[in-house]
Amino acid sequence: MTLEKVREMIANHLGKDVEEVLVTSTFEELGIDSLEIAELVMDFEDEMEVELVIEEPILTVGAFYEFLEKQAK
Amino acid sequence: MALKILSTGSFVPPLSLTNDELCGRIGIDSSDEWIVQRVGVQKRHISEDLFNWEMGTVASERALEQAGLTAKDIDFIVCATVSSEDSSPSTAAMIQQALGAECPAMDLHAACSGFIYTLETCAALLKMNYKRVLLVASERLSRIVDWKDRNTCVIFGDGAAALVLEEGDNYLASVLHSFGGDEVIKIPNYEGDRTFFKKDTPAPFIFMNGQETFKFAVGRMRTDIQEVLKRGEVEESDVSWVIPHQANIRIIDAARRRLKIDPERYVTNIDRFGNTSAASIPLALDELHRSGKLKRGDLLVFTAFGGGLSSAASLVRW
Repeated sequence: MTLEKVREMIANHLGKDVEEVLVTSTFEELGIDSLEIAELVMDFEDEMEVELVIEEPILTVGAFYEFLEKQAK
Repeated sequence: MALKILSTGSFVPPLSLTNDELCGRIGIDSSDEWIVQRVGVQKRHISEDLFNWEMGTVASERALEQAGLTAKDIDFIVCATVSSEDSSPSTAAMIQQALGAECPAMDLHAACSGFIYTLETCAALLKMNYKRVLLVASERLSRIVDWKDRNTCVIFGDGAAALVLEEGDNYLASVLHSFGGDEVIKIPNYEGDRTFFKKDTPAPFIFMNGQETFKFAVGRMRTDIQEVLKRGEVEESDVSWVIPHQANIRIIDAARRRLKIDPERYVTNIDRFGNTSAASIPLALDELHRSGKLKRGDLLVFTAFGGGLSSAASLVRW
C-alpha cells in the first residue's frame, strides 16, 4: 500500500480530488470524524484483506498511512 | 424451526428528554447538532420511578392482551437484559410474580444481542414442548450510564418490549456468534465489600471504544445478514423488513451501504428512543406491527451486535 494509493482512496471516499488530500491534511480539515475514520479503516481492511485495530487516535492522512504500514506487517 | 410470533407489546417510561433538555438537566458540554450527527438520537425515554422489571411487566401485559391470553397461559418466561435491578432475583422472576404467572422464569444475558439470543433459546424451549413462551427484553440503561461521560450518556435510553411465542414454522434461520473479550465494550458490575479482593475494579458504567465498536458492528451486521439469508435460502431482494439493533444510526447507514437490500426496508427509531440495548429490536418490531405495516408472509431480518462481544441475526416469516 503506497501513500499515493492511500490518498487516492481517502479522496474517493470523500468525493474530492486527490490534490486536496495531502499527507499533512488533518481529518478534521477534511471533515472526517472518528466514526468515518473507522469506516475508512474498514475499506482498507477489505482492500488489503487484513484486520486492523485502531489503538490510538489517527489525526492526519500521514498518520493514517503509518498506521496501515505498521498494522499490515 | 419451531416458532411463531403470536403478539407483541412494548412500553417506555413517560419522561422523554430531547438532547438540549438532557444536556441542560445533567450539565454536560454537548449539543443537539453533535449528538444527531454523531449518533442519530434526538430524544430518549428515561425512567424516574419504574424499575426494569416494572417496565417489562407492562410490555408483557400489552403483548398478552394482544394475543388474547392471560399470564396463566404462559409456560416459560425468558427475559433478555443487561441492566437487571438485582443479581437475584432475575428480572424474569419479578415479571412472573407481577403478572401472576405460574411458570419457570429466567434471564438471559447477551448484551445488545440479547433479543436474538433469547429468540433462539425460546425456539429451543418450544421444541421441548413448552407450549407458549413469553419473551421479554427490558432495559433500564439509565442505571448503568455514566452521566458525566458526554460520549456515552447521550446514546442510551430505557424501555421494554415483549413477544408471545408459540410453536410454529416461521423461524427460518439464525446465526449467533460470540467473540469473547472486554477490550471493546465493558459494563463492570458494582463492587461491594472489598475485604478480601485486592485487584482494582473499574466503575460500574458502560465503557465503549467507539471506533472499534463501530467497526465490529458494521462488519458483523453485513456478514450476519448475508449468512442468515444464505441459511434461509433467501435473496437480499426478498427481504421485507430489516430490524437492526438501534445502536447508532451511523452503524445502520454504513451497513446499509454495504448490502443490496432496499434502503427503505430498514426500520429505525433510534431518533426517538436512543439505544435501548436488548429491547431495541422488539420495540421497533412492536411499533411496526401496531402501525399496520406488517403483512402476513413478510420476511423479517433481525440483526444485532454488542458486548461480549456478540452478534446475531435471525430470519422470520411474519
